[in-house]
Amino acid sequence: MTATVGPQAQAAAQANDVWKLYGSGEAQVAALRGVTAEFERGRFTAIMGPSGSGKSTLMHCLAGLDSVTRGTVSIGETTVTGLGDSGLTKLRRDKVGFIFQQFNLLPTLTAQENILLPLSIAGRKPDPAWYDTVIDTVGLRDRLKHRPAQLSGGQQQRVACARALVARPEVIFADEPTGNLDSRSGAEVLNFLRNSVREHGQTIVMVTHDPTAAAYADRVIFLADGQIVSELVEPTADTVLDTMKKLDTPTEVAR
Amino acid sequence: MFRATWKSLLARKVRLLLSGLAVVLGVMFVSGAFVLTDTLGRSFDAVFADGYSNIDVIVSAKPKVELSEAEGEQVAAPVPASVVDQVKAKVPAATDVTGLVNADGARLIGSNGKVVTSFGPPQLGENWVGENDLIQLRDGSREPRADDEIVINQALADAAKVKVGDRVGVLTLEPKKEFTIVGVFGYSGGRDSMGGVNEVVFTTPVAQRLMLGKPDTFSSVSVQAADGVSAERLRDDVSAALGAGYEVKTGEQAAADQAASLKEALSFFNKVLLGFAAVALLVGTFLILNTFSIIVAQRTRELALMRAIGASGRQIIGSVVLEAIAVGLIASVLGLAAGIGVGALLAYLFGKLAGGLSLAGLGVPPAAVIGAFGVGLVITVVAALLPALRASRIPPIAAMQDVATPDRPLTKVTVAGGIVTAIGATLLFLGLDGHAGDNTLATILGGVLFAFIGVALLTPLISRPVVSLLGALFSWSVPGKLGRLNSGRNPRRTAITAAALMVGIALVTGVTVILDSAKGSISKLAADTIKAELVISGAQSGPRPPSFDPAVLEQAAAIPGVQLVDGEYGDMGTVNGTRTWVAASSNVAALQRIFGAKATAGDISRLGPDQMLFSSDTAKSRNVSVGSQVTVQLSRGEARTYTVSGIYESSELTNPVLLPPQAAADFAIPQPIQGFVQLAPGAKVADVQPRVETLLADSPEVSVADRDAFIKQQTSQLDTPLRMIQILLALAIVIAVLGIINTLALSVLERTRELGLLRAIGLRRAQTMRMITVEAVVISIFGALLGVVVGTGLGAAVVRALKDEGITDLILPWGQMAVFLVLAAIIGVIAAVLPAVRAARINVLGAIAHD
Ligand SMILES: Nc1ncnc2c1ncn2[C@@H]1O[C@H](COP(=O)(O)OP(=O)(O)O)[C@@H](O)[C@H]1O
Ligand SMILES: [Mg+2]
Repeated sequence: MTATVGPQAQAAAQANDVWKLYGSGEAQVAALRGVTAEFERGRFTAIMGPSGSGKSTLMHCLAGLDSVTRGTVSIGETTVTGLGDSGLTKLRRDKVGFIFQQFNLLPTLTAQENILLPLSIAGRKPDPAWYDTVIDTVGLRDRLKHRPAQLSGGQQQRVACARALVARPEVIFADEPTGNLDSRSGAEVLNFLRNSVREHGQTIVMVTHDPTAAAYADRVIFLADGQIVSELVEPTADTVLDTMKKLDTPTEVAR
Repeated sequence: MFRATWKSLLARKVRLLLSGLAVVLGVMFVSGAFVLTDTLGRSFDAVFADGYSNIDVIVSAKPKVELSEAEGEQVAAPVPASVVDQVKAKVPAATDVTGLVNADGARLIGSNGKVVTSFGPPQLGENWVGENDLIQLRDGSREPRADDEIVINQALADAAKVKVGDRVGVLTLEPKKEFTIVGVFGYSGGRDSMGGVNEVVFTTPVAQRLMLGKPDTFSSVSVQAADGVSAERLRDDVSAALGAGYEVKTGEQAAADQAASLKEALSFFNKVLLGFAAVALLVGTFLILNTFSIIVAQRTRELALMRAIGASGRQIIGSVVLEAIAVGLIASVLGLAAGIGVGALLAYLFGKLAGGLSLAGLGVPPAAVIGAFGVGLVITVVAALLPALRASRIPPIAAMQDVATPDRPLTKVTVAGGIVTAIGATLLFLGLDGHAGDNTLATILGGVLFAFIGVALLTPLISRPVVSLLGALFSWSVPGKLGRLNSGRNPRRTAITAAALMVGIALVTGVTVILDSAKGSISKLAADTIKAELVISGAQSGPRPPSFDPAVLEQAAAIPGVQLVDGEYGDMGTVNGTRTWVAASSNVAALQRIFGAKATAGDISRLGPDQMLFSSDTAKSRNVSVGSQVTVQLSRGEARTYTVSGIYESSELTNPVLLPPQAAADFAIPQPIQGFVQLAPGAKVADVQPRVETLLADSPEVSVADRDAFIKQQTSQLDTPLRMIQILLALAIVIAVLGIINTLALSVLERTRELGLLRAIGLRRAQTMRMITVEAVVISIFGALLGVVVGTGLGAAVVRALKDEGITDLILPWGQMAVFLVLAAIIGVIAAVLPAVRAARINVLGAIAHD
């Protein structure tokens, strides 16, 4: 099944018949099996699916962190597939933002320095107005001089979000950004991500297995056994949960 | 528990390898030193045993002045020729009684006009007593028959590039004489020399005159036993026949005695090498301590889990110590093997340098094995003890907590560091100030050791501000800034790594400060006092100082424009029974007019044949005043009594005592070893110097230089020991570099996820490498900075203490210090290469997924 594209939107990231195989021979695992998907600009897309369905793998391939076995991936105008290390580094630096489940920040740097790190690495100056907007949105102004160890998990994740946003990348990839947070902190982070899409037109692709988190997105893609099996637009926690349940049963039967 | 230990050891093999390497190097040094001295010792044994192999009993006279190997070649007292007849007449068991002349100081002038020098083995002048089992003339040779004929050994002929039939000059007790080489000889087994000794063999009367200075005397008499008579019996018979006053030994005994005195010098050499090994091991200890600390920190959760499932604190200590023992054992084995190799190599090089010493088989003395394992194991276990204790205190709860090891406060370390440093400083003060009596050296060394450890303990505290200051130099780029932050991240780790580098650099700096100060002070003093425009002297390469024809002194005095000429003679003699360096001057007036000496008592402007002068210090210590009667025994001749006629003020340039020129005839070297030429006002150096040079044509060991060149040449003699110390300490620095590599490699490993994150958000490979390099450079410059400061402190303390010995100026080698800092930066870059490459190669995805 192929995910459809809204006519008004232009693709920020694209996967074209992407296969990802791990290992060889008997031990070979197909983590992705012909995934084709487009992620529209200015939208918040969630990738859902049971554990081991290939969500992280898809995200890694899209972000240029991992190579694909077959098929092509592109981000904006850039074809990711076939880029060398320096090309990939440049891509990550200039076009992509990351939010990981944990360990997002350098312990030696303050929150502010962490936020500005990608820009410093690229040798770019932040746009001061945008920087202020981001800081105010994440609500960290009074914590800027603190080091990660002095921040709570939720605050740390918000710093990570700010870091991803401040460079205004083509697309932000987030892998279970709320996986390690309690529900309140999680909700804060998710709200913040949704707002940055709604108010500032940021493109976000988020991997999650939590229906509540997926409900914050504009669109949900469901993965199972390395294939896209379903899709929801304007999801709610209930519709997501329903879809998940439906998906679970046939797979169970198929086995 | 054992299984767990073994598994964790295997898992960390690379990390342990690096720290193990430090132990390997230290152990290598220790065992290499023992192997070297053992092999050389047995080689010398063999040489002497061989030399005496065809002698049953040897008769000699007690030397007038006994010297150790380090003090120079001892002059044997002459044995009168009548002893030969006495033995022949009175000892029926004696068959072949031969008088032997055998003395150091026969210097052959090679075909290039220069004297063939030796770096240790003597240059013997002998009398020809015929071929035997040991000595065989080579083809085309014959024995010397006429007074101007000599034979020489093959190695000397090769070194001098001369052959049978050539006319050559030989310097002996007398100035240059010309001889015809009528033969070249070798030794049994086709050898060209015996342990690198050069031999010039004259006819007996010539040898007696030129080598002993007295006709009808010998250095020793060899006696062969009749069939059926043991050497011991013959010895007793000869001894009984000659009565007291002679030393009668079997050949075997004489060989052993001679070898023993050489081995004394070797054992000193051994101690020096072991000293450097100790430095290397001290540095290695820091390195191992650091590695085990890091390993324990990294294993916190694992160890806590072990505690949670019931392992006792003791078992945890046991597991860490076991790991240390394994590392120590492996390192000791490797170090021993490497040490045997290095010892063999050095022995080979030494043999070559000594002119073909044929080496005895390579030996591994028990001391080498015991030293290797003792040192390797003890150092490793001691270094691991502290981390082991810390490991045992990890609470089981740590297994459940996801905390990096919290930054422990530095108060305790700092207090301990302060106390240890204070102890070190106190010991240094006591030692340097001369309060420690016989234990001065031990006290000073202990002080240095404590000072190093104390400063190392203080280093974490110092590291924060200094590292952030140093790092500020690199903070203009993002990788530089990250590198700086990383180096300040773990003050203890940075501190120990830097402290390891500190030790080597501090010692080099300290020694440089001391030697530079000594050089500067002596140069200044010499320039201020010596009022001679020209100086005759030569560079000393072996134990024997170069000398020249005394006739040159008078001839130089006759050159127009020359006002005053002084020739200086010197000898180790005894003054009232105590060994003392005694000097004689050809012109006593020079004492005041060239050396600016001042009389403190009596008259020092003239000296009768039975009078002598004392320096004020020596006079005081010997309790001598003007008018005192003093007994002086020189290397040759009988003891004589002199009357003290004057006392001059001591300075670093004055001799302890001064004898009249006539006394020089009884010196071991009865020729001047330095000459000072003072010009008349208005005379030009450029006019006089070439004329003096001409006079020295037959004294090729020396040349004439202006005063500044002379002072430079004299002080430059300190450069050789300085270079050697620097080279030996370089090993300690190499080990410290291993430490930096190790620390960085471990840090890279620890920060895998961080590196992955950085790469994920766009840090390029080159930038990653730069970040690691900055960290290394900051650590190494910090270490060098510490070393330079501590070394300067130590050096300055010693210089201050030596103020009374004439080191009045403290000279700081700024240039050298700058070189050390630059070197440290380079060291940092080199040390960073491997860890940086490793960091750059980190798989981004793998690092992020890394749990
Ligand atoms: N490095 C790898 N080597 C082998 N198999 C892998 C690797 N990474 C992921 N897989 C496999 O690929 C499949 C998808 O994994 P992943 O994308 O991590 O799933 P999800 O993130 O949805 O839980 C799983 O079956 C997993 O075991
Ligand atoms: Mg996943």
